[in-house]
Amino acid sequence: MVMHIVDRRLNPGSKSLENRQRFLRRAKALVQGAVKKSSQDRDIKDVLEGGEVTIPLDGMDEPRFRREGGTRDMVLPGNKKFVEGDWLPRPNQSGGKGSGAGEGDSEDAFRFVLSRDEFVDLFLDDLELPDLAKRKLAETESEGIQRAGYATSGSPANISISRTVSRALARRKALRRPRKDEIEALEEELANCDDPTRRRELQALIDALKAKAKRIPFIDPIDIRYRRFETVPKPVAQAVMFCLMDVSGSMSEHMKDLAKRFYMLLYVFLKRRYRHVEIVFIRHTDRAEEVDEETFFHGPASGGTLVSSALVAMNEIVRARFRPADWNIYAAQASDGDNMTSDSALTGQLLTDRILPVCQFFAYLEVGEAANYTFDMPDSSLWTLYERLRNDGAPLSMRKVSERGEIFPVFQDLFKRRSKQERVA
Amino acid sequence: MGSSGERLFEGADWDFHTLQRVHDACEEIARKELGLDVYPNQIEVITAEQMLDAYSSVGMPLFYKHWSFGKQFAFQEASYRKGLMGLAYEIVINSSPCISYLMEENTATMQTLVIAHAAFGHNHFFKNNYLFKQWTDADGILDYLEFAKGYISACEDRHGSEIVERTLDAAHALMSHGVDRYPGKKALDLRAEEKRAGERRQHEEAIFNDLWRTVPNTKTKSRTTLSVERRRALLGLPQENILYFLEKSAPRLQPWQRELIRIVRHIAQYFYPQSQTKVMNEGTATYVHYRIMNRLHQQGRITDGNFLEFLQSHTNVVFQPEFDDRRYSGFNPYALGFAMMQDIERIVSSPEDEDREWFPDIAGKRDVEGVLRDIWSNYRDESFISQFLSPALIRRFRMFHLHDDPAESAGIKVDAIHDERGYRRVRRELARQYDVGFVDANIEVVDVDLAGDRRLLLRHTTVKGAQLNETDARRVLQHLADLWSYDVALTEVDGTDKVLKEYVISPRAAAVAA
Repeated sequence: MVMHIVDRRLNPGSKSLENRQRFLRRAKALVQGAVKKSSQDRDIKDVLEGGEVTIPLDGMDEPRFRREGGTRDMVLPGNKKFVEGDWLPRPNQSGGKGSGAGEGDSEDAFRFVLSRDEFVDLFLDDLELPDLAKRKLAETESEGIQRAGYATSGSPANISISRTVSRALARRKALRRPRKDEIEALEEELANCDDPTRRRELQALIDALKAKAKRIPFIDPIDIRYRRFETVPKPVAQAVMFCLMDVSGSMSEHMKDLAKRFYMLLYVFLKRRYRHVEIVFIRHTDRAEEVDEETFFHGPASGGTLVSSALVAMNEIVRARFRPADWNIYAAQASDGDNMTSDSALTGQLLTDRILPVCQFFAYLEVGEAANYTFDMPDSSLWTLYERLRNDGAPLSMRKVSERGEIFPVFQDLFKRRSKQERVA
Repeated sequence: MGSSGERLFEGADWDFHTLQRVHDACEEIARKELGLDVYPNQIEVITAEQMLDAYSSVGMPLFYKHWSFGKQFAFQEASYRKGLMGLAYEIVINSSPCISYLMEENTATMQTLVIAHAAFGHNHFFKNNYLFKQWTDADGILDYLEFAKGYISACEDRHGSEIVERTLDAAHALMSHGVDRYPGKKALDLRAEEKRAGERRQHEEAIFNDLWRTVPNTKTKSRTTLSVERRRALLGLPQENILYFLEKSAPRLQPWQRELIRIVRHIAQYFYPQSQTKVMNEGTATYVHYRIMNRLHQQGRITDGNFLEFLQSHTNVVFQPEFDDRRYSGFNPYALGFAMMQDIERIVSSPEDEDREWFPDIAGKRDVEGVLRDIWSNYRDESFISQFLSPALIRRFRMFHLHDDPAESAGIKVDAIHDERGYRRVRRELARQYDVGFVDANIEVVDVDLAGDRRLLLRHTTVKGAQLNETDARRVLQHLADLWSYDVALTEVDGTDKVLKEYVISPRAAAVAA
């Protein structure tokens, strides 16, 4: 009998992918909860690696009628010493166990591995940059193709048959190409004709028509038209995020750690979610400098504190590189809130006059010592200043953080997707 | 025995020519020596990842999409990655041609074993066993699954995936009660099924309206209350196939929802024989591969080394841990099935006096293959064990029967062991463990309150005092109520019709049915 061997190894894998996505969608709330929980006690770098999460099976279960209790009979292999009529003690009252197919209650928590993408997606789900309003044609980026009429050259796959055929028809008509039935009618007449003169005439006519038909092709290369496509630039929203971090001596290691975690998260969020987001890293002591991400996250620095220096630097960069008319500008600032008293006025002025008017959103994160509870923290000079500005209606969001575990909730809170009217407080 | 002596392969490597040679060599033995009658074979080579994929769609090459398969997949993938679970060497599908999936990681010896096991053992069983003949349509299954997949995804496009998902959830919950347990009028013809989907719908809707015309909110004066018998007859009650009942009689389901229920029901029915023949099916396949591999070795077509490799995996497959072993999780169907097949071979070819007394029909009959083929065709696990489990085998497995009555404070009673007094009882009890009619709860639709609030009445007749788990029962009944669209009541009664428990569940507001 014939046997077929089929090599399926090269078939596209992940046939289960769609089912898996459906499952994740269905379990979204649960998985998201688990992801957030598991991300709290992990390093941000590890968060990005994905990993195993455990979700309660409740709500994901597939109920079936199943029976329990009652008298049970079972046949087992491997009798060693029992004889008929022996009594065995019950194994400590755990009714369900060992009854064979009792798989139902054995998996009340469900563990599985999320891929890196799934993990981060779920983690960052529902987050977005607020008020991403200014859209402009980016110079470099063009995406999307669109039909744009017909062309005389192109790839064979793009031949427009209807257009080609109608052009051929028009040409054949214009050049009076003899039709097939015309010739056939004459041939039939010739077959039935006995008069030799008439026959000769007919034969000549047929030959002439045939020759003409041969000269005028049914479809000529000049008839062929191709569908033309054009790439169309699509408007994209350009955005820039300024990360302003205080690295002065008053910031303890713990505070720097908190700030860095916050920025790391912000960085991941922006990189994954937005293709057109530029990130500018500015760190400051009493002087501010623009640095690359490596230095920003890992480079050591120390010194006094002048918050205004960072704002000046940001302002200059905005003026030099990011025209407010074209760019959505965001800023996130992290500091312990210490600032030279003499600097307050300048800082406030810079913010109100220069920075906030061009910003869509300005988030301020105040980091505190671990021992302090957030609500106990006395309001710092910066906090007091910003609070006043906010009360005047500036688009400022402010949060205090003193524990690692708070970073994630605060971050989620700041960037939660909101309706148009709502503003982050 | 044919062209002997020529090696089929050397070492562990193989290519497609090797597979072809192996298949042909196995086929010769399977046909000439064992007299097997199989569907044409199709062997598909797949990767481990594809094997995992196949696991999560109940082993079928194509299946409709549903989140529960994704859950299954996520779970299996996690345990596979952790090394908790090995993958099967093969999956075989009851279809014509019979498709066997072989993993690419297998060595040449393993591929030979798998071909002998699946492509001949299981294949013969699928083609010849009466349950499979009666309930499954090997020619049509792949086309039907294709149809089901397309139909369900079309429904998702047309009606939204949420409602489709809810309907399927509900149908899945009732899947175990969506099979016909007794042969009906006709065997399943899935091809015609697919073709007729449309016209049948219309016809049924007509019939269906007729039925509900008796609902008394019509203006007609003469309120003909149907007699109980007439009503039950019209609705085809009592009905233990709950999905069938819903498909035909649920008042507010859309036609496409009825079709979805029908699809789930057909698939449940397709797998029904497999659940009744685990021991026999694996026993047959294992016995067949054992015979074929031994013969190949005898013919010198596989080396001693290959043969030892085979023996090692064979021994693992038929390993039966004892009840007090940590690895014990019930009888291993491979072990029990294979042992019984070999035992029958012994009884047929060289019986003892005891065997002649217990099995007068087959003892010493000499035609081993003939007797086995007959058994493979005409039994299922329950009847197979109650007929052919021999005292010798009960002794070898040292089987014993425990009786656990919760009312008995002394503990669990050892009711029978492997001795003269116990053989029959052990055998009867073991056979009952494999009786699906006994394993699934006996739940029937008994009546519908047509004149009143359209409440659907079900009855669970308990056996030996085992009642439904309440949490799960409520959830399943919730699904049932959603499909039915009116209240559903389930009564649990014991053998004397004494009511043990009553459930009444109302459909959810945003229910499945429109």
